[in-house]
Amino acid sequence: MAPSISRRIEEDAPTVTFTFEGQTIEAKKGDSVAAALTAAGVLDLRSSVVSGESRGIFCMMGACFECLMNIDGQPNRQACMTEVSEGLVVLRQQGSREVDL
Amino acid sequence: MSVKTVDLLVIGAGPAGIAAATEAANAGLSVTVMDEQPRPGGQIYRSVETTSAKMDKILGKDFLEGRPLVESFRASSAELMPETLVWNIGSDLTIDYSTAGVAHRMQARKVVAATGALERPMPIPGWTLPGVTTAGALQILMKTSSIVKEDCVLMGAGPLIWLVAVQMIDAGVPPKAIVENLPKGRTFAALPHLPKALRASEYLFKGLGLIRRVKQAGVPIHSNASALAIEGEGAVKAVTFKTGGKSHRIEATSVALHQGVVPNQQITRLVRADHRWDDSQKCFLPVLDNTCQTSAPGVYVAGDGASINGAKCAVLQGTEVALHIAAALGKSVDTGRIQRLKAAIARETSVRPMLETLYAPAQEILEPADGTIVCRCEEVTAGAIRSTVDLGAPGPNQVKSMLRSGMGPCQGRTCGLAVAQIIAARKGETPDVTGYYRIRPPLKPIPLQELASYDPAQEEEPAEDGVAAE
Repeated sequence: MAPSISRRIEEDAPTVTFTFEGQTIEAKKGDSVAAALTAAGVLDLRSSVVSGESRGIFCMMGACFECLMNIDGQPNRQACMTEVSEGLVVLRQQGSREVDL
Repeated sequence: MSVKTVDLLVIGAGPAGIAAATEAANAGLSVTVMDEQPRPGGQIYRSVETTSAKMDKILGKDFLEGRPLVESFRASSAELMPETLVWNIGSDLTIDYSTAGVAHRMQARKVVAATGALERPMPIPGWTLPGVTTAGALQILMKTSSIVKEDCVLMGAGPLIWLVAVQMIDAGVPPKAIVENLPKGRTFAALPHLPKALRASEYLFKGLGLIRRVKQAGVPIHSNASALAIEGEGAVKAVTFKTGGKSHRIEATSVALHQGVVPNQQITRLVRADHRWDDSQKCFLPVLDNTCQTSAPGVYVAGDGASINGAKCAVLQGTEVALHIAAALGKSVDTGRIQRLKAAIARETSVRPMLETLYAPAQEILEPADGTIVCRCEEVTAGAIRSTVDLGAPGPNQVKSMLRSGMGPCQGRTCGLAVAQIIAARKGETPDVTGYYRIRPPLKPIPLQELASYDPAQEEEPAEDGVAAE
């Protein structure tokens, strides 16, 4: 598990589990994928489309599109705008999305 | 063709939007509110219906003012469509929107854009590294998930920095340091605005109180900092800056940036409303008439999307705009009330000239070094933008065509203002002349599959079910 980068104040909320890159992560109900990954110490959510540099959360309100991830098989989803649900499968997004033809 | 028609569509369920919706619904209009978030409140009152008592204490009294506002909205007849994205508005106020991955159409008689503010771009070296967020993002983590970032340096300037710092202190996780990048002499420059600001002196006392609390907590404060940069490979490692000719380096795993907020103009630009450059707020504002209507007929703006004045003012403006719209749609409206609202707004905004002078962005933020990335999506540097201007590109749209700045998924939300200002500075003109990106539908990327399966003709419904079958 990644080192702690944040603290959760309210521990009583019910938990939900999902996977990130195959690793099981425990989130709190109501967390966005982006918040849950932050709580789990995951900073690197994707590689950028131009240089391939790592990117993480930035605005947390759906404006910056930095947290684009592959969520339940669908690429380019905003992790900050997607609420965690039980069993969600989340993958780091690599570069730009390819069009499947 | 008769798709579902509403008297008023409000875009955004923040303080301005829900105040407008509540007032309009109470005046007898049919009102729909669309918001991308699951619950009303906007960013300022995000999750205000669901925060715990422990978090309420940390987030503070001002945050809790959103609760009765949301309650009145919930009790009104206005319909909230959560997790809904408006992605196009026709000149006839036809609304194309998506909810749960399916596109739909609606017809509005009037529209209020209450889409609030975005953080001003703060392009500094290293600002794309994982671990760097906006200060607003820290608040959203607290409000929605009670998560507080540890080992975090707050960099930039503005009232929000002090509020976030106090909230972190109250949560038991104080920021590692505050690096304030205001040039020397700002307090002096702001002094002439003090008498006017005293009309709303509670803001000044509140601000001074926050700063005092941060000092009492022993958080290191580095004032008048310049040459801000963030170091790291793949993640934040440290921040560096200068104060008084001395270089500093603070190791940290998180950095939160803030340089004030600016109106989110995506909707008003989409409908081709006129905008003007406001040199005090250092941003573009939509041009509004005396009834808060833009130059695009039927499209009104309330709240920070009109001009940055904060949540309390947004509520007053939302209420005012609803009264104007009710009057325009034939309801009888108490004009004395409109005058009283205007007076209250004037009082609320009296503190702004002082704050705007005090917290105006530093020159190094407005004119980033050539090597600094400005457009994060497409990794376009300030230097590349300047070279393209030198080659003859007259404005943001031509620079966009040549460099792809503003063409990434955020559609210029993050870089637009910075790009416009860099071009204006290079050409020696005001941003008014330079202009801004042309904003086109869809307002946010939507899957091609969703567009392909979208058939507005399917949206027709029998006339007797229509809210306003005309």
